[in-house]
Amino acid sequence: MSALLDVDQLLDKLEAGLRNLLEERGIKSPVLIGIRTGGVWVADIIGKRLGIEEPFGELDISFYRDDFSRIGLNPKVTPSSLPFDTEDRDIILVDDVIMSGRTIRAAMNELFDYGRPASIILATLIDLGARELPIQPDVAGQSLKLDAPQRIKLRGPDPLRIEIQAAEQ
Amino acid sequence: MTANLASPNHLQLTRDGQLRHFLTLDGLGRELLTDILDTADSFIEVGERSIKKVPLLRGRTVVNLFFEASTRTRSTFELAAKRLSADVLNLDINTSATSKGESLSDTLLNLEAMASDMFVVRHAQSGAPHFIAESVTPGVAIINAGDGRHAHPTQAMLDMLTIRQHKGGFEGLKVAIVGDILHSRVARSQIRALNELGAEQIRVIAPGTLLPKDVESLGCTVEYDMAKGMKDLDVVIMLRLQKERMEGALLPSEREFYRLYGLSQDKLALAHPECIVMHPGPINRGVEIESAVADGPQSVILNQVTNGIAIRMAVMSMAMGGQMAERQQKQNEINERGLA
Amino acid sequence: MSGNDHFSGASLKITGGRLLDGHGSETPNSALLIRNGRIAAIGEAAEKADADQSFDARGCVISPGFVDLSCNLREPGNGQKGNMVSETRAAARGGFTTVCVSPETSPVNDSRAVTHLIRDGAYVSSPIRVLPVGALTRGLDGEMLSDMSGLTAAGCIAVGNGSRGVRNARVLRRCMAYAQTFGLIVMLRPENQSLAADGYAHDGLVSARLGLLGIPEVAETAAVMEMLLLAEETGVRLHLSQLSCGRSVEMVADARSRGIAVTADVAMHQLVFTEEALSGFDSRFHLRPPLRSEADRQALVAGVREGVIDAIVSQHLPHESAAKQAPLPDTEPGLSSIESLLSLGLELVQRGEFTLAELIRGLTSGPASVVGLNATIGQDDVADLCVFDPEAHWTPSKRSLISAGHHAPVLDRPLPGVVRFTLVEGREAWPGA
Repeated sequence: MSALLDVDQLLDKLEAGLRNLLEERGIKSPVLIGIRTGGVWVADIIGKRLGIEEPFGELDISFYRDDFSRIGLNPKVTPSSLPFDTEDRDIILVDDVIMSGRTIRAAMNELFDYGRPASIILATLIDLGARELPIQPDVAGQSLKLDAPQRIKLRGPDPLRIEIQAAEQ
Repeated sequence: MTANLASPNHLQLTRDGQLRHFLTLDGLGRELLTDILDTADSFIEVGERSIKKVPLLRGRTVVNLFFEASTRTRSTFELAAKRLSADVLNLDINTSATSKGESLSDTLLNLEAMASDMFVVRHAQSGAPHFIAESVTPGVAIINAGDGRHAHPTQAMLDMLTIRQHKGGFEGLKVAIVGDILHSRVARSQIRALNELGAEQIRVIAPGTLLPKDVESLGCTVEYDMAKGMKDLDVVIMLRLQKERMEGALLPSEREFYRLYGLSQDKLALAHPECIVMHPGPINRGVEIESAVADGPQSVILNQVTNGIAIRMAVMSMAMGGQMAERQQKQNEINERGLA
Repeated sequence: MSGNDHFSGASLKITGGRLLDGHGSETPNSALLIRNGRIAAIGEAAEKADADQSFDARGCVISPGFVDLSCNLREPGNGQKGNMVSETRAAARGGFTTVCVSPETSPVNDSRAVTHLIRDGAYVSSPIRVLPVGALTRGLDGEMLSDMSGLTAAGCIAVGNGSRGVRNARVLRRCMAYAQTFGLIVMLRPENQSLAADGYAHDGLVSARLGLLGIPEVAETAAVMEMLLLAEETGVRLHLSQLSCGRSVEMVADARSRGIAVTADVAMHQLVFTEEALSGFDSRFHLRPPLRSEADRQALVAGVREGVIDAIVSQHLPHESAAKQAPLPDTEPGLSSIESLLSLGLELVQRGEFTLAELIRGLTSGPASVVGLNATIGQDDVADLCVFDPEAHWTPSKRSLISAGHHAPVLDRPLPGVVRFTLVEGREAWPGA
C-alpha cells in the first residue's frame, strides 16, 4: 500500500525558497552538489529550474559514513564527481530526504576534503524530522512525520515520484 | 573424503559474504571481484582530490609484515593505509626476531600485543598468510602481499583494473601471460582473476620447464610457440625472469629465452593492433621485453602506481569493514541472548 | 563384566562377538577361552568352560591384535615428540598388539646397544610388543653398511633406512647383497631424492593451484623400479614401505609375477585422503610421501584388496605442536595416526571400499606374514587380540588423544570404532591399569 506526494509542488517550494535565499545572501554564481542517489536527481531538476548552467557535482558519501565500524563498506560505492573547484564557492548541497542528519554530516566532511567553500546552503525535498544531530536544511520542500512502519521511497529519475510505503517493501 | 579443512572461503569471508581477510582470489567469485574493482575506482577519484584521505581506517593500526624485502609493494601499501587515515607500522622481519630463531607464531603474538588491526604480509612460503589468518586472533585482518609461489592477489587485481580501464571489460578478451609461470604467484592470481571475470581466452606461453604440471587445470591453454600465442591478442602480460632459473637447469640462457619468448616489436606486431602490454615489474629490459616495447605506445606498464594504491585501499577497507561488521554482529547476538 | 574391571585373572571367556580369526573365516557368534596367555578353546568348548572373568562381546568384532610395520615411538629421543609410554599406549588404544619401530630414533638404531635400549625400554614401559627395525646403513647416512648381523642378533626383525633414502645406487646394491647373506628383510621407502628435490606436496593439481613445491610421481616410481631391479639381481627379500602412487602398485604386481621376493605396505591415510587435503594449507597433511591424486588413492585401495599391497601401516609420526604451527612448507611432515587408524579403516568399510575382512587382513595377517609373525586366533595361539565395537563412536581431540602428537587426521568429529580392549599374551594392554 503506498501513497504519492506531489513532487512538482515540493520542487516549486524548494525553488522558491532557494531563489529567496540566494537573493538575500547576494549569491551570484552558486554551484549545485547532489548526494547520491536521490539528491542527484533533485539537483539536476533544481539546477535547470534555477537556470544554473554550470554542471552539478555528485557526492558519494560511502567513505564518510559513521556506521562503517558496524556494517562495513558499501560494496556498491561509486566515485564522487565534482567537475569544479570548491575553493571559495557558494555551494547548494541537495538531498532528497533528511532524517537523522548523519548523511549531511558525512557529506560536509567529504566536501571539506575537496577544499574550503565560501558557504553551503542545504536544500532537501523532504524533512522527516527525527534528527540525531544538530543539522537543519536551509530550504525544504515539505516537513513530514512518518509512523513507525512507514518508509519514504524516491523513484526516478524521470518521472520523479515519491512514495510513502506502509511497510518495508 | 575431506578432512577437517578450512577452505579459502571459510577463512576469507564473513557469513554475509563480506571480505574479512584478503588471502587469495580463489573462491571470491565474479561479483566480489567486480566490487573490488568498482570500489577501487572510487579510491582513484579520492587520489585526485586535494586532500587524498578518507577517514575509514582512522584510529586503526596497520602493520606491514614483510618477511621478503620489497620496497615498491610495501610503499604502496603504506601509502594506501595512510590515505585511509590509518596508523602504519613497517616491520622488516628479516632483520629482527625470526632470524634470531623466534618462531613465526611467537613473533606474531608479540605484535598482536601491540594492538594491531591489520597485517599486510609478504612471505617466502606459500600459505604463510593463511597460517597467520588461522592462528592469529580472528580480529586481525590479514592482507596477502605475496606468499611464495601461491598468490599475489592485490597485484592481480590492479592488473585487472588496468585491463578494464583500457578495454572496458573482460568479455571476448584474449589474454596471454608469458614467462616463468611455475614460480609466479602473480600469474596464478591473474589466471584465477581472468577466469572469474570472464575473459574469453587465457593463454600461457612458456617452455615446458617453466610451467607447473597440470597448468591447464588452472583455467588456461598452453602455447609453446610465442608466434602462435600472440595471434589476435588483446592483452599480453610479461612476467619477470629471474637469473636463478639458468642455474636450476630450467633454461639454457637469457639470450635463448629472449629469442624465443621475449616480447620484441616483431612479436607484438602479431597481436591485435590495440593489444596492450603489461608487466608486473620490475622489468628486465632485453630479457623479457625489448626496451622499445616497454617504452612504446602500447605499453601500460607505468600506469600501475595509481591503480595499485586504489586497489589496496579497496581491499584494506573492505576487509577491515568485514571484520568490524562481524564483531558487531557477534556482539548483537550476545546482547540478544542476554536479553532473552 | 563391567567396563571398569581389568583382566587380571588367569582365564578369560569372551562370548557373543563376531570373530575374524586371521585365516579368512568369520564366526558371527563366537566364544573364546583364554588361559595363561593363550587361546585355550574356541566355540562350543569355550562356551561351556568356566573362567575367572568373562566379557560379553555382543555387537563387537574380535580380531587378532593389529600389527604395525611402520611406527615411530620417539624413544630414544629428546622426549619432545613423544615417548614409549605415551605412544605404545596410544597404539594399544588403536588395537595394536605389535609395532615395528623405525630405526630413525635419536640416536639412530644402528648398533646393538641402541637395539637393546629400545627393547629394554619396551620391556619396562610398553604394554604391547615392540619389534625394532635396524638401520640399513650407519647413522642412516646411506654411505656405509651397518652391523646388520649384530642388529638382528640383538633383536631387530628387519633392516631399513627409515625415511631417508640411500642416494648412491652402488651402496644400495651392496646393502641388499649383504642383507641377503643373512636372509634379512630390507625395508625401503622408495624416493629418488634428486627428483623429489625441495618438494613437499604431490606434483599435481593442488600444487599447481597453490604454488606448492611438488614431488613428482616419478620420484617414487623411478626409485621403485631401481629397487625392484636391484632386489631381483641380489635376491634380497625387499619390502617397499609406504607406497603412494598407483603406478608403484602396478610395478610391484609385475615384479611378483616374475618371482621377485617383494612385499609392500601403504599408510592408512593414503587410502583415505588425497592432495585435496592440502587445499586449505592444513599442515597436518604435510606428509612424506605426499598425498596424491584420487586415481592414485583408488589404485592403492585396489592394491590392498587384491593383496598386491600386503599391509596397511600407521606411519605414526608424532610431533610437538610447534612442529606443525608454521606456514605449511616450514612444518615437519607426519601424522599422529595410530589411534584413529581403525576408525578411518571402518569408514572405508562403511563406504564400501573394503570389506571388514579385507581391512582386518591388511592390519593382521598381511603385515604378520611380511615379517614372519603369526597373527591368528586359533587353538593354542598366543592371545594377542583386539575387541572393538564398530558401531560405537569416539571423538579424537587434543584432549582425548593419548599420543603426544595432537595432529591427528580427524579432529573434533565423531569417528566409528571404539576399541573395548586389547590383549597382549592374554594381559590387558588397553585400557590397562
